[in-house]
Amino acid sequence: MSGLRVSWQGGLAALLALAALLMLPIAEPSAGGPSVTAAILLLVALAIAVDAAPAGTMVRAAALLVGAHAGVYLLLGDLGSVNGAARGAFYLLLVSCWLLAWRLVSVLSSIRAASRTGEVALRLVIPFLFGVWILVLWEAIVRGAGIPFVLLPPPSAIAARIGNSLPILAADVNQTIFKAVLVGYVMGCGAGFLAAIAADRFVFMRRGLLPVGNMVSALPIIGVAPIMVMWFGFDWQSKAAVVVIMTFFPMLVNTGAGLAASGHMERDLMRTYASGYWQTLFKLRLPAAMPFIFNALKINSTLALIGAIVAEFFGTPVVGMGFRISTEVGRMNVDMVWAEIAVAALAGSVFYGVIALLERAVTFWHPSIRGG
Amino acid sequence: MTDRFRDKILPVTAILLAIVAAWYVGAYMLNAPFQRDLDRRAGETPTFSEFVVKTMTQPKPTLPAPHQVAVNFYENTFLRSVTSARSLVYHSWVTLSSTLAGFAMGTLLGIVIAVGIVHVTTLDRSLMPWIITSQTIPILALAPMIIVVLAAVGITGLLPKALISTYLSFFPVAVGMVKGLRSPDAIHLDLMRTYNASKAETFWKLRLPASVPFLFASMKVAVAASLVGAIVGELPTGAVAGIGSKLLSGSYYSQTIDMFAALVAGSVVAVLLVTAVGLTGRIVERAMGARPA
Repeated sequence: MSGLRVSWQGGLAALLALAALLMLPIAEPSAGGPSVTAAILLLVALAIAVDAAPAGTMVRAAALLVGAHAGVYLLLGDLGSVNGAARGAFYLLLVSCWLLAWRLVSVLSSIRAASRTGEVALRLVIPFLFGVWILVLWEAIVRGAGIPFVLLPPPSAIAARIGNSLPILAADVNQTIFKAVLVGYVMGCGAGFLAAIAADRFVFMRRGLLPVGNMVSALPIIGVAPIMVMWFGFDWQSKAAVVVIMTFFPMLVNTGAGLAASGHMERDLMRTYASGYWQTLFKLRLPAAMPFIFNALKINSTLALIGAIVAEFFGTPVVGMGFRISTEVGRMNVDMVWAEIAVAALAGSVFYGVIALLERAVTFWHPSIRGG
Repeated sequence: MTDRFRDKILPVTAILLAIVAAWYVGAYMLNAPFQRDLDRRAGETPTFSEFVVKTMTQPKPTLPAPHQVAVNFYENTFLRSVTSARSLVYHSWVTLSSTLAGFAMGTLLGIVIAVGIVHVTTLDRSLMPWIITSQTIPILALAPMIIVVLAAVGITGLLPKALISTYLSFFPVAVGMVKGLRSPDAIHLDLMRTYNASKAETFWKLRLPASVPFLFASMKVAVAASLVGAIVGELPTGAVAGIGSKLLSGSYYSQTIDMFAALVAGSVVAVLLVTAVGLTGRIVERAMGARPA
């Protein structure tokens, strides 16, 4: 029996589209006119119908993909360049498209991919759609309701700003990330790592340093930023110093915990091989500590960015991400601030991603990577 | 008892003493150049011991000596009335209130997200990667803008700072609770199924109790993070009140001793908060019949 099966998202989307039909027009003034409105309604109706029909999963997913995204694209286009032009039908159709996208994600979630590549692709596509819809809703609500530009610029304006001021952004990234963050990160993590190994050599030190390190990790260390700026001057050295202090303790504590992670059996085995302290350290205990060390590296990647940017609020030369954010806020150039934030988020994600990839390569033996 | 003394208290005290000693040496070394300059201009030739004392008693030292910070902290904490704008208690209270508001909202948000992720497959697959990404955004860098923008809409005072704390504290709770809500063994979940328990019953009677230890472990991280959020959130408010504003005004006027005292106050608040959460966790777990590990 191949009847129609309407999902609740599809049904609700259909109801909302019908309600929108009664409340037309979409926008006043409407940039596209009645033909665009008809196209949107048609796309939505088609997607709902194909989804309800006894079609294959891939066909339904494709219909939903096209219906939801082409629909919302036309919808945004219909607003034109006038802010706050949206009427009730706009929001009803927006929610309707969003429900279709939700339906699409649940259809995709139910697919059991046959190959590994398919599985990976699915795992990337689903969160990607989620991110796209956050931007779409942001754009639609900001432009539709005419929220003042100073409060919240639409993503399209931020993207345009990024495109227009690439040289400034590049200079800021160079100053903040390639000088302050990287130098501080390497020095702080390196120092924490060496301190943990030194502490591990002496039982007394380990018992004393680890609780202290644990406590210090909970403290608001970011507060030393103004002091470091006072000591090391306005340039990137002071920011690197803040990053060093912020990254030192998580590394110390995690490496310390990691060095204690190798089991008794393995250590006894090393002893039967008559291996010395250093051999045991390099061949057994450091590899066993790697998951902990990478955990610290991941935590520190975020902390380092935060530390460097916040330290720039306390005084910098006239370049740098924190400097740009604080001055452009003062000049009400909010799109530039958001551009800087987008770049920072991108840099943070790339930083984190690189470390996560390294982790997969180094700790390939760990259950969480092998998936068993 | 003696074991505890030998294995824990003694090493920790020794390390703390070593830190204080290193601090004194550092204070001497960092303050010496300026002091030497002062002496040369005054035409004085102090003996070494006099010189050391002078480096420890500068009014605006590069690195204040521990006792200077301690005296300042004591004066501003215990000798001033708690309503005075110079009292650290007053500033700590301002920071603490927005920390707690943000912490409460963040914990709630984290739990709601975790419940959603555990029960709705769509959310699990689409939301989780973004939660992780959200923390790679240096939110603290956003803090000044959030404050300024919200002030433009007419929202000022506690809420903007609390929102930053919320953003920082929901993450550990969400991640920890997802882990905790999924921690019941398959055998326990199967048992619930044989009882014909509904999803809600399984949640209230099995998943939620099983997640309590995870909740408190992540709340400890969250409360420390939300204090950091509150302090940084105070930086752009034009130095009105709070530990963050105290740091900022200290840095404007090079009052290093005041800044260190404010840092100490912040650290005391952090330790108190983490301890309070830890104790609450232990009490709750004991009340729920957990065996001491």
